[in-house]
Amino acid sequence: MKKLIAMLLALMLVMSLAACGAPAAAPATEAPKADAPATEAPAATEAPEAPAELIKVGIINNDPNESGYRTANDRDMKNTFTAENGYEASFAYSLKNDEQIAAAQKFIQDEVDYLLLSAAGTSGWDSVLRDAQDAGIQVILFDRTIDADESLYVASIVSDMAKEGQTAVDWLASQNKDVYNVIHIQGVMGSAAQIGRTGALDEMVAANDNWNMVTQQTAEWNAETAQQIVQAVIDSGKEFNVIYAENDDMAKGAVAALDKANISHGVDGDVIVMGFDCNKWALEELLAGNWNYDGQCNPFQASYIHDIIMGLEAGNAPAEKVVVMDEKGFDASTITQEDVDNYGI
Amino acid sequence: MTQTKTPLHQKTGSALKALVRKQIFIPLAALLILVVFNLIADPSFFAIELGYSAAGDPVLSGYLITILDNASELAILAIGMTLVTAASGGQDISVGATIAIAGSVVLRVLCGTESRPEMLQAPIWVAFLVCCVVSMLFGAFNGTLVAYFKIQPMVATLIMFTAGRSIAAWINNNELPIISDAVFGYFGNFIPGIPIPTPVFIAVACMILIALALKFTTLGLYTQAVGINPHASRLNGMDPAVVKLVTYVILGLCVAVAGFIKVSRFSSINYSVVAKDIEMDAILAVALGGNALSGGKFNMTASILGAYVIQFLTTTLYKFNVVSSALPAYKAVVVIILVVLSAPVFREKMAAAWKELTHNPKIKKEAA
Repeated sequence: MKKLIAMLLALMLVMSLAACGAPAAAPATEAPKADAPATEAPAATEAPEAPAELIKVGIINNDPNESGYRTANDRDMKNTFTAENGYEASFAYSLKNDEQIAAAQKFIQDEVDYLLLSAAGTSGWDSVLRDAQDAGIQVILFDRTIDADESLYVASIVSDMAKEGQTAVDWLASQNKDVYNVIHIQGVMGSAAQIGRTGALDEMVAANDNWNMVTQQTAEWNAETAQQIVQAVIDSGKEFNVIYAENDDMAKGAVAALDKANISHGVDGDVIVMGFDCNKWALEELLAGNWNYDGQCNPFQASYIHDIIMGLEAGNAPAEKVVVMDEKGFDASTITQEDVDNYGI
Repeated sequence: MTQTKTPLHQKTGSALKALVRKQIFIPLAALLILVVFNLIADPSFFAIELGYSAAGDPVLSGYLITILDNASELAILAIGMTLVTAASGGQDISVGATIAIAGSVVLRVLCGTESRPEMLQAPIWVAFLVCCVVSMLFGAFNGTLVAYFKIQPMVATLIMFTAGRSIAAWINNNELPIISDAVFGYFGNFIPGIPIPTPVFIAVACMILIALALKFTTLGLYTQAVGINPHASRLNGMDPAVVKLVTYVILGLCVAVAGFIKVSRFSSINYSVVAKDIEMDAILAVALGGNALSGGKFNMTASILGAYVIQFLTTTLYKFNVVSSALPAYKAVVVIILVVLSAPVFREKMAAAWKELTHNPKIKKEAA
């Protein structure tokens, strides 16, 4: 009996703590009070071109706390799907697939017009998406793809990580160095970003004699581990002139090790520093000439989705099912303050 | 002549045996094996050079310095984890997440509401104190669940393990503050003019503090008594719950110091990856030290040594450029061997077998 009470108490604590600790993790749905202005005052007075009836969208996303990418992504969604733009948006956040599916079911019951989905996991979506289809709801995937029949969604807007890697490696090749001795710091092994960003570099090193891999290690997106890896190379006395880090944090860690050993880096430095994700602080490093390159992983899908929905409302199906977003790579010698403001996340 | 020689021979034999039986033998032997291995593979592993950092300050560099530097947080955590293990017979798996909280608190106090302040909004020592208080509160929370609600430590600390990183993000409104003040970076890197990394000094200070506490207070006696038999210690006038709670609060303090070093290293934080999986390494350090994970007697020196063994192993693997996808596997193999060797059950069995081997006259004769 005592044990039972203790268990119950523990359970309650877990529940209450989880609830106050991670409010965004629960599949809470918040619907802005958009009905009132829509019925009382015609929306036309504020935005003349907006249709009188608001388009109802249900947006299922991952927890915005997950990363800077996700925070930027969520902000972009909230800024685009507003009443001024003719939307009535409801949001649900979770990093768990089952909670996301439950949220999707709720949106179907609420009879939204569009369901926008960034799935936590790739599988298990078939039945709920079929329900959506039966209810006449159009599904648009963003950021993540799922293992489901293509007919179940109208479009998917994704980043092409392999292309990000290719863009970066092409840029590196265009630097015309005689020899490339690369320290390659990888993300969490098996993640989409790691696989995509590793692929192009691996191919290049295999194909060219003057491209050498000094070391290839995973730092699991962790700045400190990256610092240790680069430190180990410096301590061993091996020559290197490129650091290819698969995200900004790891590039930062690598640079800390370089600074400690007084190895110059960045524009006109001995070592080329490359990062990914375009965090604002990373682009500022570029602007200051401390780093050389930063590859974008575009979190701004909202405008693409907006265009597709406008097309569908006008009766035009999107030309392509899979839309790959434009992603830039920034070079320290050409980056401007405007780029930092526009593309920094 | 022979008469004097034999006892001496026996004496050295028994001294060796006594050393092997000592708890500290396993982490020491592990360290020795790693040292010898590196010495044979590449003696330059032990080279230490005095160089200058980009800022023009003298810094010592070399693998050994890297190991000493990077093991600091782990060694500090091992102190608290040993006490918690001894008193409550379980481990705190939330230290990684609470380090994120501690670091977040430091940045929050230093930055105020801005994420990129030009000037520090509070003195660094205030930030450190606040971070200590907050971490000790979280430690007390874990300790209360364990001591008063009698919840399994791993289950009790699972709560903070799950929620900690979200709390850390929430403390700073999910922004990633960056501190530009150079002084703040001293604690995780170098103080200008001193070529030894600051975390090493902090770790040594923590070790001296705990050594003094164990020598001049009843902390060691009480935690071991409670860990061995809480009922007996209650009958002897101790309150087991209070002792357990105190060990968790001390671990909270260790977490605060480790978190402070962690954020100082880069003057910023990443909630999802800072000190990731460090709880496992901290528990491993305790296990490598030959301490029973079910509580009771402990050897603090062995635990701390265990922490350095882990970092030594990590750095060695980086040096030998092990394929990144295989790295955890290599680590796992070494760890399994070490943990099995240091497990009390295995050591008893081996001691019995050794006795059999040396005292069985038949075998002895054959050997002769």
